[in-house]
Amino acid sequence: MNRTQTSPPSPGPSSPARRRLLQEVALTACGAALFGGGVALYAGAARALPAQALRPPGALAEAQFLGACVRCGLCVRGCPYDTLRLATLGEPVPSGTPYFVAREVPCEMCDDIPCLQACPTGALDPQLTAIDDARMGLAVLIDHETCLNYLGLRCDVCYRVCPALDRAITLEPEHNARTGRHTRFLPTVHAAACTGCGKCEAACVLEEAAIKVLPMQLAKGQLGRHYLLGWKEQERAGGSLLPEMLDLPDRMPPAGAAQ
Amino acid sequence: MTAAILPSATARTRWRWKWLLLRRLSQAGVLGLFLLGPWAGIWVVKGNLSSSLVLDVLPLTDPFVLLQVIASGHRPEATALLGAAIVVACYLLLGGRAYCGWVCPVNVVTDAAAWLRERLGLRTRARPLRSARYWLLGVLLAASALAGATVWEWVNPVSLLHRGLIFGLGLGWTVVLAVFLFDLLVTPRGWCGHLCPMGATYSLIGAGSLLRVRADGRARCDDCMECFRVCPEPQVLQPALKGAAQGVGPVITGSNCSNCGRCIDVCDPGVFRFGTRLHNKLEASP
Repeated sequence: MNRTQTSPPSPGPSSPARRRLLQEVALTACGAALFGGGVALYAGAARALPAQALRPPGALAEAQFLGACVRCGLCVRGCPYDTLRLATLGEPVPSGTPYFVAREVPCEMCDDIPCLQACPTGALDPQLTAIDDARMGLAVLIDHETCLNYLGLRCDVCYRVCPALDRAITLEPEHNARTGRHTRFLPTVHAAACTGCGKCEAACVLEEAAIKVLPMQLAKGQLGRHYLLGWKEQERAGGSLLPEMLDLPDRMPPAGAAQ
Repeated sequence: MTAAILPSATARTRWRWKWLLLRRLSQAGVLGLFLLGPWAGIWVVKGNLSSSLVLDVLPLTDPFVLLQVIASGHRPEATALLGAAIVVACYLLLGGRAYCGWVCPVNVVTDAAAWLRERLGLRTRARPLRSARYWLLGVLLAASALAGATVWEWVNPVSLLHRGLIFGLGLGWTVVLAVFLFDLLVTPRGWCGHLCPMGATYSLIGAGSLLRVRADGRARCDDCMECFRVCPEPQVLQPALKGAAQGVGPVITGSNCSNCGRCIDVCDPGVFRFGTRLHNKLEASP
């Protein structure tokens, strides 16, 4: 029974009952704080998302997503292709959160984005209205040594299955130096159009895909903020920022050097 | 507690399982509705107890889960806020912790532990304060705010079990087993009665709830102690059952009461009944 109720209604400041109650309350508070700290530490440690686990379209950045997602699985139910699943405890993905593995079942990029519409909390951001603007990750042609197109064949499968055909993946012709008389068509991913749906990774004909969708922060480099691309600046300014003909100082060899 | 062994003054002719059976039916029914979709393709309700959508129109969201989301710094969409408002409104009518007794799947686990504990005659009892759950509630919300994530939802046995039964349990059973063993070996009714912060949230909601168990027939009480034996929160019984002399009304107003109705089942003189919290006056009759 509750000990607070069995103690006298108004125990004096130094009564044993009051002292015991204070001790118990202090112990409980400390215990709760320790427990909460432990849970927070565990949650912090279990937070990292493996590279193969992709979030549904519109997912907030991972740090915000883990505060916003209630792990209800309504996005899983919204997905008509059974692409999404909820992580269980023990998996490397934070337990209960939705993800998909591109190599197994890629995102089919529904126009109405039903998974996002099902999300009650906005962990999948409703500001995403066009699926082409989704950035679930970024396809990267990871292995140039096994990619059949790099070997000189015309596999082209990743290029063909891409929903953003000729925008997210293009085939860039290049002289085949090995044969000396053929052209290699190198699949090249363009971050401006790739949604990270994973169709290319799922379709790659190799035993282990040469092209993989990676989380954006793994896939992308970052230029220094002070870098300017000369040709872009030129385009923006409508002309060269420098005189077309540069008059560089002439340097003549010192007299007698030719000897 | 020796009184529990003595036969009651009134002959036990009544059937003693009505509310317990109804409660089990309710728990199984809720889970069944959630499973009907994935198992039979009949989508009455989608999602899980953290958040769900009934018949594609009615959103429901757990208030404690949503509190964690808000504490973590995210501003939830209107659907989740509306869902939580509907749930709060329901439990303001039905008794906040009716969730614990009639819906929550962990209740079956802890009831099983309590049953086995009594069968085995275990006497160990480390007893954290019953108020520990409110401390946990506060601490976990603070942890959510500090971590910027809903930290409790990594391990919350309630969400874990319900989500696991519908979407796959993984190693979630270990957490459920831990709760079972804690209740069995460490603290009787320990999880639901002392620690669960989700139950604590529903307790706070239920502090003013309309539907209550009433000890209207308390004059007939023969002190058999059966109700104290079966009640998961026996501290709520005392004031209503024995408070006539102190001028306390017959309504069980303790917010930790889960409206499970087990006291109604086991009381042979028929002291208890379901009613409202209104008319909480002393009886005129002797």
